[in-house]
Amino acid sequence: MTIRREEVERIAELARLEIPESGMERMAAELSAVLDFVGALNRLDLTGRSPTSFAPVGAPLRADEPNGRRLDVEDALAMAPESEAGCFLVPPVVENLNP
Amino acid sequence: MSAGWAKLSARALAAAVRSEAVEAEAAVESGWEGPAAVWEEKVHAIVHSDRQARAAGALAAPEGPLRGVPVVVKDNLCTVDYPTTCCSKILAGYHPPYDATVVRRLRAAGGVVTAKGNMDEFAMGSSTEFSCYGPTRNPFDLDRVPGGSSGGPAAAVAYGLAPLGLGSDTGGSVRQPAAFCGVFGLKPTYGRLSRYGLVAFGSSLDQVGIFARHAGDVALTYAALAGPDPYDATTRLDPAPDVKGWDRGVEGLTFGWPANLWAEGVEADVIEGLERAAEWLERAGARRASFEFLPGEYSVATYYLVATAEASSNLARFDGVRYGFRHPDSPDVRALYTRTRSEGFGPEVQRRILLGTYALSAGYYDAYYLTAQKARALIRDEYRTAFGRCDFMLMPAAPTLAFRLGEKLADPLAMYLSDIFTIGANLAGIPGLSVPVGRSAAGLPRAVQVLGPEDAEPLLLRAGRVLEVQGELGRLAASHETEFAWPTKR
Repeated sequence: MTIRREEVERIAELARLEIPESGMERMAAELSAVLDFVGALNRLDLTGRSPTSFAPVGAPLRADEPNGRRLDVEDALAMAPESEAGCFLVPPVVENLNP
Repeated sequence: MSAGWAKLSARALAAAVRSEAVEAEAAVESGWEGPAAVWEEKVHAIVHSDRQARAAGALAAPEGPLRGVPVVVKDNLCTVDYPTTCCSKILAGYHPPYDATVVRRLRAAGGVVTAKGNMDEFAMGSSTEFSCYGPTRNPFDLDRVPGGSSGGPAAAVAYGLAPLGLGSDTGGSVRQPAAFCGVFGLKPTYGRLSRYGLVAFGSSLDQVGIFARHAGDVALTYAALAGPDPYDATTRLDPAPDVKGWDRGVEGLTFGWPANLWAEGVEADVIEGLERAAEWLERAGARRASFEFLPGEYSVATYYLVATAEASSNLARFDGVRYGFRHPDSPDVRALYTRTRSEGFGPEVQRRILLGTYALSAGYYDAYYLTAQKARALIRDEYRTAFGRCDFMLMPAAPTLAFRLGEKLADPLAMYLSDIFTIGANLAGIPGLSVPVGRSAAGLPRAVQVLGPEDAEPLLLRAGRVLEVQGELGRLAASHETEFAWPTKR
């Protein structure tokens, strides 16, 4: 399985990562090598198997109930790179279409 | 003399504090005096610590089974008194507003967090070379890696900075460094130790793990930390298994011996350690059951799809908005995300995010992620079948002894394969324990791994203890524990 560089660009965009031009070929080669290795799974007979996303079968999960515990706004903002008026501050999210 | 306290077992040190042979603060500080300070300079196991926080921790330590025992905690477990950065630039300087549940329970039992241990960035790696603070070195050979990703806590426990360490194990990140550093490393059953406050990597695989130099110390720590936690919906609701019988021996038990797994690609030193461990277990009254087991390549292949897919989703939260590093030059929010992540994440983390994004992306989901989830079900069933034939399995913890720094850095796949024997337990949700079995001719630690069915921690500790006592180093350790007489109060 070979990943082409256009595909690396596509998934990098999905993942909000920017791969420098100089590292593109290498990243494509490394990902291809891992996907080649992963191809081993095609040798397993998986017909009729249902997928599992969670290993322990017998483990019951608790009900997801609110417990009243909360993070204070002040604590939540304490580590923010930028904040203002009790909010996280970010650059413009939408372009101003009618300046 | 005070520098010697941290060399003791956690149980012996806690007993000394209880009997007032030593004060909690002196016990905690002892690891930082004398030879240990010289070691730390060479090994670089620690990324955050300070004397004031240690003293405050010792002063606040309540009565409990671990009172006054210093503990090195991996840098991906939240601590209110030290930064928690996952050794990543993207979390530089981050101070969590709360303690992880395991840290809270550790403190409630009297344990004192004395430092945050080095790790591969976001726990992605097997050598602790992918840390933004630089690598940790193996205390037994400074040209070699301590393993990873929890290499810092493993090395710190090995050279005597503290008798206990906490790490996280997503594919072997506690067991493999424990093996490379010659200490015990337990990955508990999935859901037995709370993940609340553990920075998520692969949520269905992550488990907090325990480092110690003695099997009894692992048991003591497990008993203090395990159990249901309302803040982690995946913790099991019933009480954790009782590990008080860790010293009960292995008489009458059967251990699995899947020798096909080490028929090729495994160092002779590792196989020698395995054979010795098998003999010791037999001498202690256990029976060997030979059978074939699914080769580890399938587990590695499954893991690098499941873990990277979960990581790509979990690490989406690091976007420069709420915490950590933010790229200073971001004209719009999309550029903010992309520039922050591209500069904040290191190369291995970016590689895994890309791989996971690919496996989950439209058109590839069925071929990769869905296939991996089916393979995971098959692997889980393989273990279940094996545990129908034995009480626990004996196998290598890693295919090699500690390798050299830089040896696998340029080849991601080679690095991934160093987890070939540990990954299966994470996919199946079962417990595993790395046990030291002496040293190679070159002086490097040798180790084996025991794996058991869900909730088999007590059995694994019994096997670990047998190997500890039978082993050369273990005999020495055991004699210290039983024959050492405490001086009267100073």
